[in-house]
Amino acid sequence: MVRAEWAIFEEDYWAITNALEALVQSAQARHVLLVDRTGQMIAQVGDSPDFDTQSFASLCAADFEANFALAKLIGEDDFSTLYHQGARDSMYLGKIARGVVLAVVFDKSTTLGLVRLRVRRTVEELNVIIEGLYDKLQYRNEEYDPFDQEFSEGVEQEIDNLFAD
Amino acid sequence: MSLINYSSREINCKIVYYGPGLGGKTSNIQYIYDKLAPETKGKLVTLATEMDRTLFFDFLPLELGEVKGFKTRFHLYTVPGQVYYNASRKLILRGCDGVVFVGDSSEARFDANVESLYNLHENLKEYNLELGKIPFVMQWNKRDLPDALPVAELNEELNPEGFDWFEAIAYKGDGVFDTLKCVAKQVLRQLQTQPAGV
Repeated sequence: MVRAEWAIFEEDYWAITNALEALVQSAQARHVLLVDRTGQMIAQVGDSPDFDTQSFASLCAADFEANFALAKLIGEDDFSTLYHQGARDSMYLGKIARGVVLAVVFDKSTTLGLVRLRVRRTVEELNVIIEGLYDKLQYRNEEYDPFDQEFSEGVEQEIDNLFAD
Repeated sequence: MSLINYSSREINCKIVYYGPGLGGKTSNIQYIYDKLAPETKGKLVTLATEMDRTLFFDFLPLELGEVKGFKTRFHLYTVPGQVYYNASRKLILRGCDGVVFVGDSSEARFDANVESLYNLHENLKEYNLELGKIPFVMQWNKRDLPDALPVAELNEELNPEGFDWFEAIAYKGDGVFDTLKCVAKQVLRQLQTQPAGV
């Protein structure tokens, strides 16, 4: 049994970023972030966030996972979107293929209706990109792979440096 | 589920600290956070109750220097130890690349260790994972307690497979870095050998 592992290649990264850029513009959102199901940031666009994006990514994934479990408990397959309303900023989260989460942060200069509408279109677009990316992983080319012996030794050295007592 | 971003040239790995309630998982993460230089760590996120018991998880991102143009980042998570919070524990285990079991050396907590280890096996099974096939390290914490069981006994009873193990007094930092170094290196070796794809 090989564990799931995945990678974002250059061309996919730009396809994702373009889709997110289009969403920021069309929904008039402040920030749009894409996070994988383990809480790792894939891409972000929009205004430069004034919050910690790594914490944001980790909490977003946890939020979605918790809600997914809640959905199961009450007999739903899933909650495909989540909405959190704030006094100033609000968040709308949408589920993409393979558990990837799309998070849109927006203020009062736009409306939930518009965000919801635009997210729906972007989710479809991102689903195609993410599924294509997984297909590509099946045929990972050796030339992409930097994880040779030299790499391992280098990183192990970095680990020793970081945790030197 | 390590994520390799060839565009931003980053590798992200997830390590989960597991173990019985009040066993010292958060103390491990707190010590790491306190000791590391600011440029190597992100914010420590703690979702705890008013009594300082972990409710959902603690989260700490760490960043290593660049190697061959790639930055490696470890995301450390703890799970809530109390039996009651199993649904949360299961969620946090999803996509983990390595696990540290923080066992409580106290004789009075022996049964809690057994129960937590069993629970870890069961929860991993749901993700088609098993110890030994994913990087795994055991830590015998609270070695300074008067009723601490001998390490030989803990290993005989709880670690018959002979996984790597360390003694620790987490709040003082003893054994904390050694444990993390060991699991981090195992994760990287696994990354090198495992094929990609689902």
